[in-house]
Amino acid sequence: MARYSIFSLARHALRHHEDWPRAWRDPQPKPAYDVVIVGGGGHGLATAYYLAKNHGISNVAVLEKGWLGGGNTGRNTTIVRSNYLLPANARFYEHSLKLWEGLSRELNYNVMFSQRGVLNLAHSDAQMDAYARRGNAMRLNGIDAVLLDRDGVRDMVPQLDFSAAARFPIRGGLLQPRGGTARHDAVAWGFARAADARGVDIIQNCEVTGILREGDRVTGVETTRGTIRAGKIGLAVAGHTGHVAAMAGLRLPIESHLLQAAVSEPLKPLLDTVVTSGAAHVYVSQSDKGELVFGGDLDFYNSYAQRGNLPAIASFTTALIALFPGFGRLRLMRHWGGVMDMTMDGSPIIGKTPLRNFYIDGGWCYGGFKATPGSGWVFAHTIANDAPHPLNEAFSLERFASGHVIDERGAGPVPGAH
Amino acid sequence: MPPQPFRLPQGGRIDRSRSLAFTFNGRRYDGHPGDTLASALLANGVALVARSFKYHRPRGVMSAGAEEACAFVQLGEGARSDPNCRATQIELFDGLTAASLNCWPNVQLDFGVVSDRLHRLLPAGFYYKTFMWPRRGWLTYEKLIRRAAGLGRAPSEPDPDRYEKRFAHADLLIAGGGPAGLAAALAAGRTGARVILADENGEFGGQLLWRDAEIDGEPALRWVERSLAELSSLPEVRLLPRSTVAGYYDHNFLTVLERVTDHLSPFAAPTATPRQRLWKVRARQVVLATGAIERPLVFINNDLPGIMLAGAAQAYIRRHAVRPGGRAVIFTNNDSAYETVAALSEAGVAITAVIDARAGDTAAAEACLRRGIEVLRGHAVIDASGGHALREVTVAPLDGSATALAGAASTLRCDLLCVSGGWSPTVHLFSQSGGKLAFDAASGCFIPGESRQAERSAGAARGSFDLAACLAEGHAAGLAAARAAGFAGPDSPPPQAPAQAMSPIRPLWEVPSPHQGRRDRKFVDLQNDVTAADIALAAREGYRSVEHTKRYTTAGMGVDQGKTGNLNTLAILAGETQGAIPAVGTTTFRPPYTPVTIGALAGRGVGDFYDPVRKTPMSPWHEARGAVFEPVGKWRRPLYYPGPGEGMEAAVRRECLAVRNAVGLCDASTLGKIDIKGRDAVTLLDRVYTNSWGSLAIGRCRYGLMLKDDGMVFDDGVTTRLGERHYLMTTTSGHAEAVFGWLEEWLQCEWLGLDVYLTSVTTHWATAMLAGPRAREVLAAAGTDIDTSRAGSPYMTVREGHVAGIPARLFRVSFTGELSFEINVPARYGLALWETLMAAGAAFGIEPIGTEALHVLRAEKGYIVVGHDTDGTVTPYDLGMGWIVDQKKPDFIGKRGLRRSDLVRTGRRQLVGLLTDDPAQIIPEGSQIVRSGASLAATPVPMLGHVTSSYWSPALQRSIAMALIEGGQDRQGEAVEAVLPDRTLRAVIGTSRFYDPEGVRLHG
Ligand SMILES: Cc1cc2nc3c(=O)[nH]c(=O)nc-3n(C[C@H](O)[C@H](O)[C@H](O)COP(=O)(O)OP(=O)(O)OC[C@H]3O[C@@H](n4cnc5c(N)ncnc54)[C@H](O)[C@@H]3O)c2cc1C
Repeated sequence: MARYSIFSLARHALRHHEDWPRAWRDPQPKPAYDVVIVGGGGHGLATAYYLAKNHGISNVAVLEKGWLGGGNTGRNTTIVRSNYLLPANARFYEHSLKLWEGLSRELNYNVMFSQRGVLNLAHSDAQMDAYARRGNAMRLNGIDAVLLDRDGVRDMVPQLDFSAAARFPIRGGLLQPRGGTARHDAVAWGFARAADARGVDIIQNCEVTGILREGDRVTGVETTRGTIRAGKIGLAVAGHTGHVAAMAGLRLPIESHLLQAAVSEPLKPLLDTVVTSGAAHVYVSQSDKGELVFGGDLDFYNSYAQRGNLPAIASFTTALIALFPGFGRLRLMRHWGGVMDMTMDGSPIIGKTPLRNFYIDGGWCYGGFKATPGSGWVFAHTIANDAPHPLNEAFSLERFASGHVIDERGAGPVPGAH
Repeated sequence: MPPQPFRLPQGGRIDRSRSLAFTFNGRRYDGHPGDTLASALLANGVALVARSFKYHRPRGVMSAGAEEACAFVQLGEGARSDPNCRATQIELFDGLTAASLNCWPNVQLDFGVVSDRLHRLLPAGFYYKTFMWPRRGWLTYEKLIRRAAGLGRAPSEPDPDRYEKRFAHADLLIAGGGPAGLAAALAAGRTGARVILADENGEFGGQLLWRDAEIDGEPALRWVERSLAELSSLPEVRLLPRSTVAGYYDHNFLTVLERVTDHLSPFAAPTATPRQRLWKVRARQVVLATGAIERPLVFINNDLPGIMLAGAAQAYIRRHAVRPGGRAVIFTNNDSAYETVAALSEAGVAITAVIDARAGDTAAAEACLRRGIEVLRGHAVIDASGGHALREVTVAPLDGSATALAGAASTLRCDLLCVSGGWSPTVHLFSQSGGKLAFDAASGCFIPGESRQAERSAGAARGSFDLAACLAEGHAAGLAAARAAGFAGPDSPPPQAPAQAMSPIRPLWEVPSPHQGRRDRKFVDLQNDVTAADIALAAREGYRSVEHTKRYTTAGMGVDQGKTGNLNTLAILAGETQGAIPAVGTTTFRPPYTPVTIGALAGRGVGDFYDPVRKTPMSPWHEARGAVFEPVGKWRRPLYYPGPGEGMEAAVRRECLAVRNAVGLCDASTLGKIDIKGRDAVTLLDRVYTNSWGSLAIGRCRYGLMLKDDGMVFDDGVTTRLGERHYLMTTTSGHAEAVFGWLEEWLQCEWLGLDVYLTSVTTHWATAMLAGPRAREVLAAAGTDIDTSRAGSPYMTVREGHVAGIPARLFRVSFTGELSFEINVPARYGLALWETLMAAGAAFGIEPIGTEALHVLRAEKGYIVVGHDTDGTVTPYDLGMGWIVDQKKPDFIGKRGLRRSDLVRTGRRQLVGLLTDDPAQIIPEGSQIVRSGASLAATPVPMLGHVTSSYWSPALQRSIAMALIEGGQDRQGEAVEAVLPDRTLRAVIGTSRFYDPEGVRLHG
């Protein structure tokens, strides 16, 4: 792998960048692999990378039906945080956050992880109490958390509506200073390049259309580029988890919903922190290019269409103005949607399945981007050892039967509610 | 008055009789009605308008419409300042001010241009390869990058303008009012169909506004005028100028952004009129007559001010009466630019030469030669030079494949270069509708293929660039749409135009360079400063999927969303990857077509109209009394009522003691109320609550707990049997809508056979809660015909009658542990009831009670508040409320969930009481509880649970708390510690029934 650095950039500049090598190869699929990962999003690619790096398993293929990162990896609003209350979540996401902190150098690819802070706004005493509880738990779990009062929030985000007329008065907020954003495409590309360098075959335009089974064991996949045998199969297809698992005959406690997001035109810096408001159902940050990136709740119906409708867009833009009255004159430049694999408790499924050699990483809902390195780490472990890592034991498929659910929001067994 | 040196003495659609003064970058200029900011700047000889996004290169006006990639300005100042406006779409008004973006100190002398000098270090994606040192360095680099990036500045004040939304149903929505759109509107309108014709321009006519054409034997603009007159006379036709069809969604739902007053000075705009209006149109049929966008040509330094699309030059001459330059060169690969040649000659612009990439003879070239204009066939402009304005171009012959030069280069002086690389149909809306594009190799562009919705494209939007064809297709599409929408009205003859013979285009995606390799800077995306070399680099590094190329290079991701650059990008990518253009495919066209004001999406839903606050009938009294409010769901409830000079603590203490010792009055109108009727009402209750309801007698009340199917507590409240088949359920204030939705979901989706009808009556009734040992006396003083005695109205009953002369339901329930009546009256009497009770209670020491005191009082009793003491992960058993779960019932929601292994294990968190060792210390709510003596040094610290409710109890004269603690019910008497930010507080686990545990007082 040709190393990237300011020096290599300068060296190549002399040659007008005419001999940069490919970031990753474009191999033909082999007839068989030790492990086949279905889905070339951040999770699939990270899993392949850690299989090779941590477990020495590099006879691995990542099969992507379209282009790498074309699913939710390339559609999400890139918020990275570990501000969780429940112990299983806190442990897992904090591990992931720690990996993020070293990821650019680990991959030798700048994923632009920007620890600009994630601020959850509180608009009532009840919300302040809930944030106090979460912040206290975070600190005892060794995770950074700062409970801000109204003035503390005003110092960070003066553009918020602090007037007496504000529909959502600002009481305070919970800040995770180490949270932030990252460049989504770079995460896919960086993992792809690093995995490829370790011998992983990354195969795009290769849709898995069937899963081969012998009894309770999976043995390979049918694809649009032919049959590929596999010692083990790991599923990392996010929004399509239910659909692809069904090819193996599994029915999962997952519903597919649509989540939309939008960006404004690029503007000079005006917002330095990620701001979210549960009460107003909106969140916003500013990208390095200057666009405000914002979104809100799920659309109101289940769908596999990667495009949404106007009501959800109108609802979160309206909420945005309620919080930031100065944003009304700005323009929305582009909006899009992605398919969310919503589980019954709002937490992911990472682990074994009733089928042998068949593993699932899915159910990421609207929050799986931040998990990318962490989930790759534990999923690789799970596949390599045929047993979960301690960090993902709790995220088993059986938990829905046993009731060991991880319902961070307490929204109950309604996938669309999380 | 400064002159307008480039204004033509006659012609154009401007009003020379009036002058409009405007300011650009601090300098005053004049223009005329009919000008855009761009045309007025050109008329004044202002060539340098902007600096580019990445390299801060000088840029001028390159187009005359929505596709503009360069001439972006900050419009206006202060609260009405508007960042990132296209000068080409701003209609000039008197007093307009605008400034260049992204330059410092000014557009002439911009220090940002160092990035242009350093460009070799900054190829596509350079930031992915560097800035990784030191480990946390990115945050520092990012600050600099952010400052350099971005375009305009957001205003800091709230937007003073108003926006409207409007729904419309149409038989036919036509996007685009050029020849095809007008012909479609006429054909459909004449059948009687309801037609909406929207065009983003201030005037209808599209290309006819600036092309020299004839329709039905008269000048095309006369036909436009006549058509508009006829359309205006048709009652079912609506014309929407300045209206961009922005989004095309499922089920033929489209948004149209109408700019109602943007073309007026903010000071001249009528105040009652919104600035913009967002139309939400549900159309039976749609005709897309959105025209086409001209493509630039890709050669070295093709971004200099003075290089303009050929069609735009024609538009400035014919529509705005502006001479876009003094000496012009035209560079084309197709016939359309020859119309510009004619327009330039008419305008008196000297023409150095026409450079036509096509080697063969064409009729258009012949005609030029006959007029004495030099045409260099088989040539290309390969380079341009100049500083802030174009000075000269270099031309050279092309070889047969157009991938190399075939001879010596020469230079030509000019200050205007008109370029045409062919036209791309504006397929954005078609693509948004879900339609599939097809590649038309003959015209070298993508055209609409298979449709997915009830939509037709016509004219240039369909790749038909000939006027006669545009008119014919528009007419046919309009008529077919009307027929499809059910209108049999008469057909009329389509408008006619003379057919034009066109010579074929010679695709020329990238002009070859004089040098080997990729060292030259030929811009493909002028908005984001992406060069052909960047595309090649992306392809070389494997970012070959068109989406990867786009994202890696940022081509097509600017404010213009790549309207002029996208196809060139694809074609260059195809060349680099040895693929065909259709195989490369396009990126997804995402809504909106051009950016939409966020305020317009919100419409009137701002300020008080955003998520309106709910108020009870008694609210005016609370406000007058100076209550401090808190949000509860969408409600605002009084938190406490401060007396003079009194803080929250003192007020709450006073209110609590009033209830314990005398009487208090609380506005409980926000409690959710659901009226339940029907034969199976009791079956519904049995299924949604954990306890049994069959035995509840008429007139009796019962407390119930509702679970989700996972066995977790969802809501609680008292339900009363009002009649044989009639119940009134109350829910928590915050969950009223959720519970109603929950019940309806079960009834409508799962239990279709049940004969039950639900009505939300939350706001139908106002509820005053009278609580305290003297409550009965207050009732008596207010006057009631109900027997309120212990025997007449026992605990957990309802009685109907009158209170203070108002028809009322009197519920004998208690949330405070005291004798208590919840008086429900029709909402319109709520305030009267409240005032009467307060007056009647004065003699007994009555106090109004806020929610905080209510919380304290219920906590003293150990009563839970769902959502406060529970969080969706708590079962009835965890709350110590196993007594309310009737496991013998055949089923209820949550019964199966409750049996799952995690829900029956030991060690679950259970609700307990906590008393601090120091009674004066109150544990903050949300504190985590750890084992006594646990070390806090090493994280993670094992946590036993957390404090859910915690207050000072005025009745007990000490602090009290409730907590969810692992195995808490078996830890009675155990000491634990609550962790505060700076210290810990010791407390002992006990019962949560702190006050009157026997419940004597509530019976009164
Ligand atoms: C609008 C939006 C905003 C979001 N915001 C955030 C956020 O701020 N923070 C956050 O943490 N998360 C966020 N998310 C969620 C996050 O994007 C996802 O959880 C995460 O990206 C999932 O990653 P992945 O790699 O598993 O999935 P993906 O990136 O979706 O990858 C799955 C891949 O599988 C491929 N695939 C599917 N079926 C097949 C098949 N049969 N054969 C081969 N390949 C197949 C798909 O093409 C896709 O590329 C957001 C999501 C959306 C849509």
